[in-house]
Amino acid sequence: MSKDERGRATRRGQPYLDEPEAKPFWANLREHKLTQQRCSSCKKMFGFPPQALCPHCLGSDYEWVPLSGKGKIYSHIAYHRAWHPSYQDKIPYNVSLVDLDEGGRLVSNVVDCPPEDVKIGMAVEVTYEDLPEYTLPKFRLVK
Amino acid sequence: MSNISGKYCIVGLGETVVGKRPDATTNSLHLEAIKACLDDAGIKNSQVDGLLTNQPLNDSHRSYAVKVAHMAGIDPLFATDLALGGATPIAMVQHAAMAIDAGMASTVVCVHARKRSTADPTPGHPIRRGDEHWEEPWGHFAAAGGHAFAASRHMYEFGTKSEDLAQIAISTRKHASFNKNATLRKPITVEDHQASRMIVAPLRLLDCSLESDGGGAVLVTSAERARDFPKKPVTILGMGQHHPHFSLLDAPTLTTLGGKKSSEMAYKMAGLTSKDMNFAELYDCFTITSMITLEDYGFCKKGEGKDFVKNGRITIGGQLPLNTHGGLLSQAHLEGQLHITEAVKQLRGNEVEPERQVANAKVGIVSGHGGSLAMHATLILGAL
Repeated sequence: MSKDERGRATRRGQPYLDEPEAKPFWANLREHKLTQQRCSSCKKMFGFPPQALCPHCLGSDYEWVPLSGKGKIYSHIAYHRAWHPSYQDKIPYNVSLVDLDEGGRLVSNVVDCPPEDVKIGMAVEVTYEDLPEYTLPKFRLVK
Repeated sequence: MSNISGKYCIVGLGETVVGKRPDATTNSLHLEAIKACLDDAGIKNSQVDGLLTNQPLNDSHRSYAVKVAHMAGIDPLFATDLALGGATPIAMVQHAAMAIDAGMASTVVCVHARKRSTADPTPGHPIRRGDEHWEEPWGHFAAAGGHAFAASRHMYEFGTKSEDLAQIAISTRKHASFNKNATLRKPITVEDHQASRMIVAPLRLLDCSLESDGGGAVLVTSAERARDFPKKPVTILGMGQHHPHFSLLDAPTLTTLGGKKSSEMAYKMAGLTSKDMNFAELYDCFTITSMITLEDYGFCKKGEGKDFVKNGRITIGGQLPLNTHGGLLSQAHLEGQLHITEAVKQLRGNEVEPERQVANAKVGIVSGHGGSLAMHATLILGAL
């Protein structure tokens, strides 16, 4: 890790693709599928981040189910300062909390529009940003 | 269920000079705070038998409390690091009272210091919160971002404006202007707040707390032993905690936080209500944090914080003086350790600059808040 001006390690800014619980999530995204764990016992969605046992009933069996990719903006902010060098040329940029229709929330970005066009409560749908090593789920406003 | 309200007291406090301390280290600031605390309490290190610390940000030592104890010449029967972010200093006082109640110690130092303004030469690796890899790939890196999400949502649900948040920054700065050990002492206006640069919208620079070097400590003992100490004891009347989520991803709401249940528990333990509080020292890592806590603590209804903070109500001389030392926003950010020492000083009387002494201060409430708006702890303190 590199150090900032106060000698602290800078943020890595990347997902852990090999985290065992999350591996299928990232693999499915590579195929442009947004998925979430659903408990085989109580049938409830796990939410995010992925984990080994159901957070509702502690059941150990689950399946990765495809999501509609639709959701709503729970909250929305705009970064005017870059905490990571790779964002220096992107400020100001938006970050949103997206509540997915099937349950679960993701931190993500609304793409293809300026930050001021994004409002809380707006409907969004998933889009995929393919990077060299992984694919990020992002969202766009539903017209 | 037993109630330990009134059985344990704070009988000593120490604060270091805060701000930029380039010649200090994390270790030296802990020692400085402990020495000041023991001097204030009029006892020797050999008379202390318990020590609690906050897990250091720079994780150079496991069991840091044990290291700090031995650096300070303390042979602890009870010691541990707590790790609840900015709720830790209050949790330390709670754990100290619980340990004494359990018979595991009699005289416990709770110490916290940070080196965040100037470089810390102490070797080690930085601690991470835990779920950053579910936030950073989308550009969410900072506590300012998490609290901006809460502010944005509070504005959406209740019509709160940036100018309302400014009232907290302005009042807090006024209190800091009276505090000789505060980092920022020049009074500010709504115009200054609105002209300050955007950090993470909707939060501006003057909504954000400082990054500081410094430390503080308090000494906890039983009410019986407290009578033998030179300073007026300050009694622990109520305490509570609640941690309703861990990350932004599992937060049921960002406009009501752990403070609601935590304060309900503390009020119940103390047999008091929000109306009994003469002042409040509420965690203010960002202005929005204090506004949500004012509501969660019942000083006003949910969503009415924007009106409550107006017309001098939260300033010295007003209905509920808030953050009488200048808080994290203007005095120093030491994870709320100095919210506790300030409350103790207010209740002792005659220990702060007269301009910021709350008249007839008998009972005050203190809050701590940590992580992704996740952890919360409450302390109600009273003068005997």
